Amino acid sequence: MCSNALYELRCRECGKTWGNVPRSFCEDCFSPLEVAYDYASLKKIVSREKLVGRAFNMWRYSELLPLPEDFGVPNAVGGTPLVASHKLACKWGLQNLYFKNDAVCFPSLSFKDRVVATALAAARRFNFTTVGCSSTGNLANAVAAQAAQQGFDACVFIPADLEPAKVLNTAVYGARIVRINGNYDRVNRLCAQVADRFQWGLVNVNLRPYYSEGSKTHGYEIAEQLGWALPDNIVVPMAGGSLITKIAKAFRELVTLGWVEPKSVKFFGAQATGCSPISDAVKRNLARFEPQKPSTIARSLAIGNPADGPFAVNQIRDSGGWAEDVSDPEIVVAIKLLAETEGIFTETAGGVTTGVTQKLIAQGRIQPHETTVVSITGNGLKTTDAIVSEFPATEAIAPHLEAFEAYLDARLGTAAASAKA
Amino acid sequence: MPVTIEIPTAFRRFTDGAPKLDCSAATIAEALDELTSRFPDLGRHVRDDQGQIRQFLNVYLNEEDIRFLGGESCLLKEGDRLLLVPSIAGGSEL
Repeated sequence: MCSNALYELRCRECGKTWGNVPRSFCEDCFSPLEVAYDYASLKKIVSREKLVGRAFNMWRYSELLPLPEDFGVPNAVGGTPLVASHKLACKWGLQNLYFKNDAVCFPSLSFKDRVVATALAAARRFNFTTVGCSSTGNLANAVAAQAAQQGFDACVFIPADLEPAKVLNTAVYGARIVRINGNYDRVNRLCAQVADRFQWGLVNVNLRPYYSEGSKTHGYEIAEQLGWALPDNIVVPMAGGSLITKIAKAFRELVTLGWVEPKSVKFFGAQATGCSPISDAVKRNLARFEPQKPSTIARSLAIGNPADGPFAVNQIRDSGGWAEDVSDPEIVVAIKLLAETEGIFTETAGGVTTGVTQKLIAQGRIQPHETTVVSITGNGLKTTDAIVSEFPATEAIAPHLEAFEAYLDARLGTAAASAKA
Repeated sequence: MPVTIEIPTAFRRFTDGAPKLDCSAATIAEALDELTSRFPDLGRHVRDDQGQIRQFLNVYLNEEDIRFLGGESCLLKEGDRLLLVPSIAGGSEL
């Protein structure tokens, strides 16, 4: 561990340490780098009690994040609700069901705000003036919004067929958008080459070790909101596979620090059937996942060659959890179900997680008495095209009471008559 | 067949700085073998102990991931480009 920080990059495979540099893989063995912390020292400088009085956002856990010493909080990212479910829990026969609602994460309405927040702290530390990313949409929104606020130039790379709302939600912040003819995996490959050629801070490429640490705050918040306790089960959407492993890291850290009691948490991964390399590997017990060509309305999860796929598979297996996937029609049904029961309008990824949770309960993998948390990671306003056909425009009526009564009579019959009485 | 292997910056300290290798190979496997015999220090970074392409190394033939092309046995044609790209993964281990 270097002397001036309580964290540094370490190779997952060979264990070599690299200090703090903008690099995502070990130059000795080309395996992924991970931020490793000096937990013994962290234990001495931060405690649960020290958090009291801090604002409820992701920065309350700053000591557990790879932030530079001169870091100043630029914005209030995170701090999203953990919604205790009543109607859906009752419908599914569960006693302790929660939705962690990052659909309302500040500033761009997805959990990607968390990872961009730690990535831009690293970008400033490494003196990058241009930041960017390869993105299926949410990440581009988050990079564009926070770059605008913090004074970085932003250049984001997206698949050309992305949902219009997600493109607009990036363009409005003034970011340069490069549309690529090809799916996300091709965009990601190009970005690896761009990072190789340009001195830019690409948040999910050369800043990836710092970026992915931001995901841990989703897990910290869940534990704190459960009263400093871990759930029995957590259901997490999987695209590149990073989030599920980082929530696991967050839980392990809290146990190491003594902030929660040790507990065996089952990790369940959720994917769309049209892009399910990780759930496929879990279900078929493959040694290596097989990449897929994505074809699903859940475009924020449409990564056919998930970079963290091997780690996600291991995490799920080691925890005793499982992975499942749902079809596009099932995603739409699940989006509507969550909205109608819990008042949460999620994007297609949240439909995946909700639909998969229902499937896991039906399979008996989640038990009624257990505490189960479902991660909702994005906002439904971004993917309205996926469900717009479910809600055709209704006929307009004249602005007269008689017209409204006729309208009610036509639709409700005797119910309308009794209402009038 | 004459083909070109493009080498990412991170690999070039094993290739004396060479950004690409022009070689003649009938299959992807042959091309990779030629690359690693030409630059032996690169060998353990391309293949694991079982001889498989390492899990965190992606290989593309022109625009396509070779796993969609039948893997290393895929036949090459004149002018093909092979691209090596380290996988960008974060990983997680306490």
